[in-house]
Amino acid sequence: MVERVTTLMSQPEHIRNIGIVAHIDHGKTTLSDNLLAGAGMISEEIAGKACWMDSDEEEQARGITIDASNVSMVHTYGGKEYLINMIDTPGHVDFGGDVTRAMRAVDGAVVVVDAVEGTMPQTETVLRQALKEGVRPVLFINKVDRLINELKVDDQELMIRLGKVIDKVNKLIKGMNEDAYKSGWKLDAAAGTVAFGSALYNWAVSIPYMKTSGVSFKEVNEKCQAGQMKELAKSSPLTDVLLDMVVRHLPNPLEAQKRRIPIIWQHGDPTTAEGKSMLTCDPNGPACMMVTDISFDPHAGEVATGRLFSGTIRRGSELYVMGTAKKANRLSQVGIFMGAERIEVESLNAGNIAAVTGLKDAIVGSTVTSLQEMQTFESLKHYSEPVMTVAVEARNMKDLPKLVEVLRQVGKEDPTVAVTINEETGENLISGMGELHLEIITHRIGRDKGVEIKTSPPIVVYRETITTTAGPVEGKSPNRHNRFYIELEPLPPEVVKMIKDGEISMDLPEIERREKLIAAGFEKDEAKNLTAIQTTNMFFDMTKGIQYLNETMELVLDGWREALAGGPLADEQVQNTKIRLIDVKLHEDAIHRGPAQVIPAVRSAVKAGLLLAGDSLLEPMQNIQITVPQDHMGAATSQIQGRRGQVYDMQSEGDTITVIGKAPVAELFGFAGDVRSATEGRAMWSTEFAGFETVPQGLLKEIVQAIRKRKGLKEQIPVPADYLA
Amino acid sequence: MLSFIGLGLFDGEDISLKGLKKIQAADHVFLEGYTSRLMGIKICEMENLYGKTVTVLGREDVEQHPDTILEYARDSNVAFLTGGDPMVSTTHADLRIRAAERSIPTEIVHGSSISSAVCGLSGLQNYRFGKSCSVPFPSKGWFPTAPLETILTNQSLNLHTLVYLDIQQERYMTVPQAIELIEEMAEKEHKDAPRIFVGIARAGSDTPHVAAGDAETLKEHDFGDPLHVLVIPAHLHPIEEEYLTTFAGL
Ligand SMILES: Nc1nc2c(ncn2[C@@H]2O[C@H](COP(=O)(O)OP(=O)(O)OP(=O)(O)O)[C@@H](O)[C@H]2O)c(=O)[nH]1
Ligand SMILES: [Mg+2]
Repeated sequence: MVERVTTLMSQPEHIRNIGIVAHIDHGKTTLSDNLLAGAGMISEEIAGKACWMDSDEEEQARGITIDASNVSMVHTYGGKEYLINMIDTPGHVDFGGDVTRAMRAVDGAVVVVDAVEGTMPQTETVLRQALKEGVRPVLFINKVDRLINELKVDDQELMIRLGKVIDKVNKLIKGMNEDAYKSGWKLDAAAGTVAFGSALYNWAVSIPYMKTSGVSFKEVNEKCQAGQMKELAKSSPLTDVLLDMVVRHLPNPLEAQKRRIPIIWQHGDPTTAEGKSMLTCDPNGPACMMVTDISFDPHAGEVATGRLFSGTIRRGSELYVMGTAKKANRLSQVGIFMGAERIEVESLNAGNIAAVTGLKDAIVGSTVTSLQEMQTFESLKHYSEPVMTVAVEARNMKDLPKLVEVLRQVGKEDPTVAVTINEETGENLISGMGELHLEIITHRIGRDKGVEIKTSPPIVVYRETITTTAGPVEGKSPNRHNRFYIELEPLPPEVVKMIKDGEISMDLPEIERREKLIAAGFEKDEAKNLTAIQTTNMFFDMTKGIQYLNETMELVLDGWREALAGGPLADEQVQNTKIRLIDVKLHEDAIHRGPAQVIPAVRSAVKAGLLLAGDSLLEPMQNIQITVPQDHMGAATSQIQGRRGQVYDMQSEGDTITVIGKAPVAELFGFAGDVRSATEGRAMWSTEFAGFETVPQGLLKEIVQAIRKRKGLKEQIPVPADYLA
Repeated sequence: MLSFIGLGLFDGEDISLKGLKKIQAADHVFLEGYTSRLMGIKICEMENLYGKTVTVLGREDVEQHPDTILEYARDSNVAFLTGGDPMVSTTHADLRIRAAERSIPTEIVHGSSISSAVCGLSGLQNYRFGKSCSVPFPSKGWFPTAPLETILTNQSLNLHTLVYLDIQQERYMTVPQAIELIEEMAEKEHKDAPRIFVGIARAGSDTPHVAAGDAETLKEHDFGDPLHVLVIPAHLHPIEEEYLTTFAGL
């Protein structure tokens, strides 16, 4: 088997890199397990219990996938062998970051939809992630056995229901990328880009496969009802149907890279050596890889997994990690996945998903190359932001240095986590996507990294932003010899969006950035003077010809960043502000305008300015969707409305109704249990990050004071004069 | 009344008689301990000498919370002690302005200052000094090259430059460190570093030390205990050269 895999590895036409994506619990892992078994990579007995791919005990105990996992298998189609590199992704919203990352590594995706539940909010999210990365989708409608055996649908009803799912997914694709939809990405059962079946019972059908197997929908229905699914699994096996679809309809790296490189390497120059080589997936070009996952292996240490878009790598290859000091990182192992095991190979070429050790400077998202310098890949954009924080401390004081190291590692492995380390106070914070995310992370610190920790209950992450303009505000240095004058205004939402989407960033070449800013409505001289972007805040240096300002600018920005890291209201992160530096007075002598003078001067000017510009508190919101039988509608709506939420849509379908609304994260603790009991366990529900919104005026004071108290800040909310003395 | 009193260069005996008398007559005595330091005397020795309690002030006390000092000065006599001469190379002008704003009378009792001591120790003529500057310890994101600019501008006008060296808590910049930093600035700015330096240590003590020479020699030279200052001379006048040869091993 190893030989077959290694031969295929160097033939890009015979490779398919795919991801399995879906809403939570729709059956991704069951499918992945059974595909692996069907392809002869693991035994059939353990497959289907969702325990091979979900190997972590935490995953098994909870019955959900937490980490994306990589596997490979060989499939024969039309008399030829193909290497399928597959990533099973988690469906829980808290781990959505894994999906984003996986979509960078693959070229195609099998979107799994539960036939009973239909498309759900996460189905939409994962589809969007795939399309954004130029990843082509095919559809697998799963759990058809339930439709037949539990809902007892007849042949006709079955066809209608399946058709509805396809239509719904098509509508989503069309809405997200009409061009792709029209150019052949529209899903079409007759063409074979849709399959139906049961991952659990190991059978599937597709229209092209029916032609060869002779198995009809009617037969499917009968066999299911008669409890003869084992026969179906023989006459129309899941693996063959699914992998045939993958090989036939999902692109190989040669086709895919031609289309995807201009998307995921937007700012690169296609005429450079690396550009040409990536577009053609050339094994002889420079090595270019994007790291999409970092995990820790007790034997090998840190393993970096990523997509190799060009060149060939082998043990001992020297690669450079962009955005770090240009020190060569020497690969100590180069491997791929065989089944679910990582095996070492001699060399690996473009178009594969590589798992390497020795890339010590890399983090998830790094661009790694054999060149000294190269334009980086587009950064990975996550759809949600950290909304909850826990404080962690070492149970034993002596573990403190180790904890700091472990926390850094956690930040490196999971880019959706924000780690704040304060070595002075010893207060270390981990912010994540939700309760589950944080629970898993903190649990694993104790279990895998051997540091016993104490954690606080999760706390909601708030933000601060301004609502009006202010300035000029004068900030004085402690010795009063240095003065900084700034103006503040809220950043327009369109610009915030452009920053979030990476359309405007300091990485852009200057001229391009200037043009983007002008197009976004900035004045010409502002566009020229953008000095820094920090999260979604912008800093413009509008001064002219001030002596010594140049060598002082980094300190000015430090002061600005410090103020943004914790606003005056509640010491929460500041967002969506635009700050213009309009004048500066500096002391003649360098010592008197050093860090101890400049940083506090700017910091206090910004903090006072934020207060003067109507600093307000924002809280994270969550979209909620609850599907219940009609007679539980009242319970469902009151679950949202009772949590300071609002219901803005209700859609009924048959005897069920779906209530759609939004509520603040702060009110959602314990939501799962409450919904379950309020609806007698009849609800299907899901939540999703919905951005930050202003805290209602009536609650502002109470919430701010609670935060200040928790953080040990003075109870009194500061006024501008406190910073301007 | 707020009296700014210069303590002179090195130890307890460098103060003027006038200054000493004012301290002895004061109700409260504060010592500013962050811009300059008397290396030849400890606080407790000062207290014995003056017969007064001496309160040491940090940068925060003077810059952020000057009100404490000013409150005392409103109703009583406050002696505010600094090393050297009170208004040279420090930022106490601000404190005097704040006092005036509160209608508190002020006075200055001068002390001997490093800016004149270097002339005596190096033989470089007072008339020929241009703008002075300081070399700070660099920190993250901050490596000012302005000191080099000052030196080069002075040199282009054929003027000497007096360079003060950074003092941080228990960290005193030495002459060799300063030369190293100036060379780094030159490298960063793609300019030529100055060739000749005059390093001075412990001005005002019984063991002052002066050495002149090129960068290579002085970077290896042991100047001994702090404080150090540095002069970058312009083209030397014959007498200046003779003086440096005689007293500084040029
Ligand atoms: N009846 C039936 N149940 C299925 C089928 N596929 C999966 N299941 C069950 O659905 C549940 C969830 O399956 P998983 O494979 O863990 O789902 P997943 O999509 O990987 O879940 P996450 O990774 O947590 O998002 C398990 O109890 C499976 O046994 C199917 O075809 N028919
Ligand atoms: Mg799973």
